[in-house]
Order: sequence, then structure tokens, then C-alpha cells
Amino acid sequence: MINTIKTETPILIANDVSKWFGKFQVLRNANLQVKAGEVVVIMGPSGSGKSTFIRTFNALEPYQEGRITIDGIPLTEDIQNIDQIRQNVGMVFQQFNLFPHLTVLENITLAPIQVRKFTKTQANEIALRLLDRVGILEQAQKYPGKLSGGQQQRVAIARALAMEPKIMLFDEPTSSLDPEMVREVLDVMRSLAKSGMTMLVVTHEVGFAREVADRVIFMDAGQVIEDTTPAEFFTQPKEARSKLFLSQIL
Amino acid sequence: MTAIWRRKKNLEWVGQAIVLAIVVGLLVLFGHNLDQSLKRLGLRLGFKFLDSQAGFSVAESVISYDPSQPYSRVLLVGFLNSLKVIFSSLIAATIIGVVAGIARLSDNWLVRQMAKVYVEALRNLPLLLQLLFWYFVVFLALPKADNPIFFGFIQISRSGINLLGLALSPEFSSLFAGLTFYTGTFIAEIVRGSIKGVDRGQSEAARALGLSSGVTLRRVIFPQALRIMIPSLANQYLNLAKNSSLAIAIGYPDLYAISSTTFNQTGRAVEMMILISITYLAVSLTIAGLLNAYNSRMQRSSR
Amino acid sequence: MNAKTTIKPVRWVQKNLFNTPYNAVLTILCVWILWSISSSLFSWLGQSEWTVISENLRLFLVGRFPETQLWRMGAIVTIPILIASTLVVRRSQAWNFVLIPVGLGTIAWLANGGFGLPLIRSSLWGGLFLTLFAAAISTALAFPLGLLLALGRRSELPVIRGISTIYIELVRGLPLIGILFMAQVMLPLVVPFRLDRLLRAILGLTFFNAAYLAENIRSGLQSLPSGQSEAARSLGLNSIQTLRFIILPQALRLVTPAIVGQFISLFKDTSLLALFALFELTGIARSILSQPQFLGRNGEVYLFIGLIYWMFCFGLSQFSKRLEVRSS
Repeated sequence: MINTIKTETPILIANDVSKWFGKFQVLRNANLQVKAGEVVVIMGPSGSGKSTFIRTFNALEPYQEGRITIDGIPLTEDIQNIDQIRQNVGMVFQQFNLFPHLTVLENITLAPIQVRKFTKTQANEIALRLLDRVGILEQAQKYPGKLSGGQQQRVAIARALAMEPKIMLFDEPTSSLDPEMVREVLDVMRSLAKSGMTMLVVTHEVGFAREVADRVIFMDAGQVIEDTTPAEFFTQPKEARSKLFLSQIL
Repeated sequence: MTAIWRRKKNLEWVGQAIVLAIVVGLLVLFGHNLDQSLKRLGLRLGFKFLDSQAGFSVAESVISYDPSQPYSRVLLVGFLNSLKVIFSSLIAATIIGVVAGIARLSDNWLVRQMAKVYVEALRNLPLLLQLLFWYFVVFLALPKADNPIFFGFIQISRSGINLLGLALSPEFSSLFAGLTFYTGTFIAEIVRGSIKGVDRGQSEAARALGLSSGVTLRRVIFPQALRIMIPSLANQYLNLAKNSSLAIAIGYPDLYAISSTTFNQTGRAVEMMILISITYLAVSLTIAGLLNAYNSRMQRSSR
Repeated sequence: MNAKTTIKPVRWVQKNLFNTPYNAVLTILCVWILWSISSSLFSWLGQSEWTVISENLRLFLVGRFPETQLWRMGAIVTIPILIASTLVVRRSQAWNFVLIPVGLGTIAWLANGGFGLPLIRSSLWGGLFLTLFAAAISTALAFPLGLLLALGRRSELPVIRGISTIYIELVRGLPLIGILFMAQVMLPLVVPFRLDRLLRAILGLTFFNAAYLAENIRSGLQSLPSGQSEAARSLGLNSIQTLRFIILPQALRLVTPAIVGQFISLFKDTSLLALFALFELTGIARSILSQPQFLGRNGEVYLFIGLIYWMFCFGLSQFSKRLEVRSS
């Protein structure tokens, strides 16, 4: 199966997902379905559970109730399924989380060599192609500490792509960037979306959501309360909480 | 349905069970071997021997003691001797450490250099060697007791220190001096680090208000530095308490030295080990507890 | 020009020693202390007798190790250096698992003898060599144990965390002399086979050191942001790969100065072996001092071995300071 073709069965299904941190419930029966090739932006006030929600898709956060299925594999306690899902799902973090003791190139090739068992030559070839794609080929031999925030985040995207994931998760990828660097990262994400990648993006970037997203999900208090097109969400939100949120950020 | 052996929780429990089984297995094996060895030696575990007569004399004691008294009494003598040297050198080491730590930041070049030489020289030498030095080279080479050296009220001679009629044996004096000057170097480094760790703006603000450097140090810098240094200080106090067990090298009858003699007479290795462990753990916990209580009081009052 | 050079020291003294009345008093006090220490030192030096050092130099360095077998000591020192340099040159992980056990095995063979080499009883080991050997071997052995304990104490699994915590706190609560006593007296009671006195002492140092190393390593693990392991896990690395490629390289680099500090402290602690009838530097010093012809030469002997200890510890502490500066 080629993952760029939009199929009708969703590649990601989250059914009534609930999660507690101690006594505090972060997710309340959250629901989501994403088809292959779709770009979904998740918005919501801070503390609404949106980051936690996408982190469950990568088993970074366990959940207590509900069901998550990714590319036909149920995400349960089964460690083999967890390993498989993590290889299929790439993740980009707010704080980049590059490995400071490895060069840019080593950051990208580590997982392909260790997990996918690629040879070093193969992995380097993939890494250089991806670095070229995100526009920082010349930084390959440097250590992450020497790069700007925008460049680091682009390396992080390349690192996730090197595992050839079917879905990419972005957890507020531009929130800790200086304003002048936000664009270079969004440009990379835009071209990734055009190439047909399935993407789930938690972000406050309204422009990006309007232009690139197929759907906008609005979350509050651990629930998905609106699931619609960007045009509709930004012009005529249905829910009172969405209206309030939009009035605060627009 | 997920296979049982692929569930994360199950795997974790199995892993823990294996580790636990290995540890318990080892302990059981050791216990069994111990039992065999003790049978061979004709010994039975138990603390009854503590009631039998100790039969050896002790050079110095805080409480009355004679060799006809039981082992429990002589061990108590050792414990009290330990406490005596721990608490007296703990106080002295704190004073020396604070003085040396502040001296290392003095604007007087000579003071600074002397403090540095003291710290770098003594903290890089084994404590045991320093104790041997204090005992054999310093105290035993001093003039006899009828012709002592005077430092104000303090008389020092081969028979130890005489402080206004309070006579301290050369063994105690050596251990006290060794522990004090050795631990003092570590405390000095902690004090220096904590004072430097207080934000520079604090001393600038105090000086801008017209406070003298002495008042700035005493009323502004030191109280803040104290909070930073308490955890490390606690560690040094614990080290001092544990290090006091080196007393045996110079013949001061502390808990360890007396336990060691008791072991040599009775062969009760296990019992003595249990006794020593519990006592030192109790002393450690007491010091840690006191400092924690002090620390939390400080934290509360600073809010 | 001439006037300036004569005035400079005077000005320096004024500025650094007598700038306030309070400092002037301190300076005079210091000078008095210095004078009284150095005058008694010089009077002692006048009557000191250094033949005790020159006649026993070999004992101080290598103890009673047989002269014809000294090459074995050389080999024991060379092997770790060879292994370390091979590992630096060939950065392949597989070599770790071959070279280190083979190296340790060879060292054990050279140390003990057998298989064609004459046996050397551990009572013949001594001097500075034994001090270095005991410190190095027990650090090498304690390191893996300390690493496991540190990971265990950070584990989410209660049983493993509990066992590690109990071990670490128990050992740290006891004086080293107590641990060494246990190793000498208790170990023979609980293991069915005979263990050499020196080996028991080294095991004692190892068990002791492991607890402290574990706490050092744990502080390094704790200071790594959680994002590092999350990023590794999200790339599909399993927990062992995450530990090996991401967490440990960073944590160990962070705690290297602390580990050097721990080695210094262990190096000093080896002197306690003297209390258990072993003849490392302090032990050999005491045994030399007990010979009638050297009676009363305590000052000379303790100063001499003190200088040796001091040079190693001070050198290492300067090295660790430089590491700290470089890593920050």
C-alpha cells in the first residue's frame, strides 16, 4: 500500500479516550479520526489536553480508557504493537529535543541504523537527502548547540522523517522559536503537507491552519468539542467556547 | 487479544520477580552458609554474650566502668566516647571551616593564601595518615606533662590537652584535631562556594545602603549562604561521624574499637556487625533528621 | 623608573595587607602563626634523619614483591592503558565486550600467578603499587555495579527501586572501616570457598564505592531533561538503545568530574587497608616504623608518604577542575 493515496478507512482512530493524572482527568472521551494524507490542526486553550492527546498516539502517554488504532494496529499494552506504532508515527517536539552529544547527521541516522537496521551508507544517504529537503544540508557535521532554534527544529523534522513514518505529530513546533524563525519551520511543514504526509499539528498558528489544514479540531477540558473545516471554524464557530478562544487569539 | 507475554505490565512484573528471586536466593544462600560456618565454629547467634563479663579495661570513659562489668556496659562506654568525639569535633570543624571559608574570600592576600594552603594541603591527604601524624608526630613528641606548652588557658603536653582543668587524653586530642582540621577543609570549600553562590546584587545593594563589609557579610550574605550550604554541610557531618571510627588506629576507645576488641574475645562477628550497623545508622539518621528539621524551619521562615 | 619599582612592592603590601586596621591585625596574626609553625618545623628538620626513606624506597614503592617478578607489575599497569587506547582508536562497541574481560582476566592471572607463573602471595604486595592497584581495580569493578544501582534507584518498578535504595543508603550509612571489617570477617563465613585477604579488601572497597558512584551517576541521570528519552522513544528506539545511545553518553559526561572526585576519595580511603594487615603505602609505613632501627622516625615517614598521597590527589583534583570548566 502506498501511503500517499487517500483511502477511505481512517489511518488513525481514537475512540472515547480518557486519561487521568492522579485524580485529575486530562482527557474525557476524546474522539478523533484521521484519514491518510489529511492535515489536522488541533487548537485549544492551554491545559485543554491537546498535547496530551497527541502524545497518546505515540505511547508517550498511557491512557486508561478507550481505544486507539493506528494503521490497523491497536495501541494497547502489547510492547510489540507499541514498537511498531512508534516506527510508523514521527514526532516533533516544542523543545526540539535534539541529542546534543551527536552531530546533526548522527541525530538523523541513529534510529534508521539501530531500529531499521540500515547500513551507515544507506542511512547517511537518506539523512543528507532530508537535510537538503529542509534546507540545511551545510549543517550536517555540526552539533545541535551551534544551530539556531529554527534550524534545530528543521533537523528534528528531518530526524522524524528519516524513519519514513506514515503519520507525523507536531506538538507546538513553533512555540519556543523566536518570531523571525517561525516562518522557516512552517515552510517546511507546508511543503511536507503538500507531499501528502498525514499530519497532526498542535499549534496556535492561525495562518498555517487556514492555509494548510484540511480540518481543525478544537479541544477544551479534555474533550474534542468542534471538528470542522478551517474556513468554518475561523468564520462561524458553533460553540461558545470556540468563540471565546478565537476572540482571545485573533 | 494480546498475548500474555507481550503485555508491558506483565513483563515488568516478571522482571521484578526475577530480580527479587535472585536477591532473596543470594541472601538465603549466604544465610545457609553462615549457619554452616557458625555450626563449625560452635557458635549460636544471639545477644546473650552481652551479659557476660567483659574483662578488659578501657583507657578513658565518660561513665564509670571496670573490667568486671559486662560487654553491654563496655559497648556503651565506646558509644559515649564516640558521641563525645563526634560532637566536639563537629562544632570545632564548623568553626574552623567557616573561618577558613570566609578567609579564602578575604581581601587580605596573606589570609587568603594561608587559608588556601590549609585547605589544599589537608583535604588531599588521607585522614588516617593525618591521625597517625597528630598522634605519633605531634602529641607523643611534645614535652612531658610537668613541663607543658601554654596557649593562654590551654596547656598542651604529651599527656594531651588540659583546658582549664579539663584533661583530654592524647588519643582523644589527636582524633579531635584530625577530624576537626580534615572536615574543616571540606566545610571551608562549602562555605566559600555558598557565599560565592549568593547573587552579587545582594552585596552591591547592601554596600549601596552604606552597610560595612562586616555587616554585609554577617547580616545579608551569610544568612542566604547558610540556606545553600545546609545539605552539603549535613553530608560532611555524616562523614565526620563515620570517620570517627578511625579512632582504632590511634587507640582511642570508640564504639568501633571496643566492638573490635569484643569480637576478638568472643568471635561474635555477626552480632557485632549488626550492633555497629544499627548504631551508626541511628547516628546518621539523627544528624540527617536534625539538619532536615533545621532546614525546613529555615525554608518556612524565609517565605 | 627606579623609584617606581621600589615603590611598587610597598604599595602592594599597603593595598593587600594593611589597607584597614582590621586587616593589619590579621596580617600580624598570620605572620605570627607562620613564624611559629616554620620555626618548629625547622628545628625538627635539623634533627630529622632521612635514611629511613632512602633505605626503604623499594618497600615504599612496590612492597615485598619479588624482584624477578617486577615485570608483572609493569604488565598489570600497561594492560589497562593498552585497552583504553584501543577502545579510543577503534570506537566499535563489540570490542568492549571482548577486550575488557580478557584484560581483567590477564590482570588477575598476572597478579595471582599459576599456569606457568610463580604464585605471589598477597602479603608480598605492597607500597604505592598496591595503593594504586586497589583503588583502580575497585573503581573498575564498582562502576558497573554503581551504574546498575543508579538505574535501579531511578526505575519506575517498585521492587527494583526498593532494593537499590536500600543497598545505597545502607552502605552510605556505614563507615568504610565497618564495611572492610564485614568483608574480612563476614565474607569468609557466607561464601563456601576461600577468598584471599587482599581480594576481600578489594571487594569491600568495591561494595562501598559502588554506593557512592551510584549516587553520582544518579545525579547525572536526574539532570537530563525528560525530552531526551521521549525523543528517542518516539523514534522507535527501545529502552536499552535509548539508555545506551542517548542517556548514558550524556549523563556520564556530566558526572565525570564527580567520578574523578570519588576516585580521589577512594584513593585516600585505601589507607584503611593498613588496619587490616595489608601493606599498601600506609601499611608499609607502619611496618617499617615498627622495625627497631627506624623507631621514632614517624615524622620523616609520614611526611614522605603524605607527599606521595598529596601529589596524586592534588593532581587529580586539578584535572577534575579542568574537566568541569571544559564541560560547562
